[in-house]
Amino acid sequence: MINTDILIIGAGPTGLFTVFEAGLLKLRCHLIDSLPIPGGQCSEIYSKKPIYDIPSRPEILAGDLVNKLLEQIKPFDPTYTLGEKVLKMDKISENEFIVTTNKGTKVKSSIIVIAGGLGCFEPRKLLINNIENYEGRGVDYIIKDPEKYNDKKVVIAGGGDSALDWIIFLSDRVNSLTLVHRRNEFRGAPDSVKKVQSLKNKGIIDVITPAEITSIKGEDKLTELSIKRDDIITNVNTDYFIPLFGLTPKLGPLSNLGLEIENNFIKVNNSLDYQTNIPGVYAIGDINTYPGKLKLILCGFHEATLMCQSAFKRIHPNKKNILKYTTVTGIHGFDGSIKESPKSTIKAIK
Amino acid sequence: MNKDIQINIIDRNGKTHLVLVPVNMNLNLMEVCKLNNIGVEGTCGGMAMCSSCQCYIISHHNLPEKNEDEIAMLFESLYVKENSRLGCQLFITSELEGLEIEIAPN
Repeated sequence: MINTDILIIGAGPTGLFTVFEAGLLKLRCHLIDSLPIPGGQCSEIYSKKPIYDIPSRPEILAGDLVNKLLEQIKPFDPTYTLGEKVLKMDKISENEFIVTTNKGTKVKSSIIVIAGGLGCFEPRKLLINNIENYEGRGVDYIIKDPEKYNDKKVVIAGGGDSALDWIIFLSDRVNSLTLVHRRNEFRGAPDSVKKVQSLKNKGIIDVITPAEITSIKGEDKLTELSIKRDDIITNVNTDYFIPLFGLTPKLGPLSNLGLEIENNFIKVNNSLDYQTNIPGVYAIGDINTYPGKLKLILCGFHEATLMCQSAFKRIHPNKKNILKYTTVTGIHGFDGSIKESPKSTIKAIK
Repeated sequence: MNKDIQINIIDRNGKTHLVLVPVNMNLNLMEVCKLNNIGVEGTCGGMAMCSSCQCYIISHHNLPEKNEDEIAMLFESLYVKENSRLGCQLFITSELEGLEIEIAPN
């Protein structure tokens, strides 16, 4: 079992900055996120888009913001469980929780912080008759194990970066690969579009546009897809169909943890410290709600800072409040690193 | 002088919200929905990258043409109809007085 002072559910900007504020107070953090990489929406949805309302950053790409936060928290040595969802939270004692993920990972922590943004990202599911019966039996909305597609026939549908990236990745390992999109144009990184064009030109992949999948067939598992283009339907044999139509956030299992929910967000006591109805469980960032709430990254940073002070008091009720000015004390990392401003040299002028 | 306009928004539960919106704050429809707690996620922050603010235009207003990003996103979205638009790409102007929209499923 993983042991930590603060367990942060959600590794977006707010969750990541929590590690920094906790670290200044000598509290260690572990992060869990349903996505395979840290950064939340900033990494998954708009990493290449600029953000303009981060103080002192006139313009910063969302992906760069995440990278800078990761650099900032590195001295505090956070640990991660990525690609897993929190399913269960048990309160063992006043300052002791055990959280269990969908893959059975258990984390014991004094404090729980939910910084889950809009919730867990789940794939958008296609509206095709009976498609739900083929999920896991030929239809995969998420690629978890690319090896399974080796030497198989695969059809991917979608027109964004995800579809293009997987086409490129799978192109040299599958038996046949087909990309289906509703229009001729693809919205992806220019380099990816160029690579896919080249794969098509070389006859390595098949690109069918403007077209869409209209039906799906198979006995025990998927064997055939119907693809409609220009009102003509063509049946294609395939082993796998991978629809990639983006992700949508769902509160999902987080709504079953016993927390007070209002309009799909976790209600907190904003006047104090963003604590939920369960003492020792906090909710910060986009996932919480209180009168006057603003869903901005910079507000999430503020909430993380206040929340860490409250967490410190819960863990160390007999210690005095601590407020660290990094200009004075610098950063003393758990890894032994010290970052501080150079000391002044005092010398007499003769 | 700028004055507020009224917009009718039907949420995903079928409830109608009449909201007054200022025209001089450079707001878009996604932001209006979020400000009024109408259950629109706005996952990508208004960059036409997620379609969580997709809505159906019910009234017959002359709306600005879709830009390339909006067209591309709608081609990658589900539940798209002829009258689908992305709320984040529709900015509030006095011409939208009386606009009626319905939030699409997400």
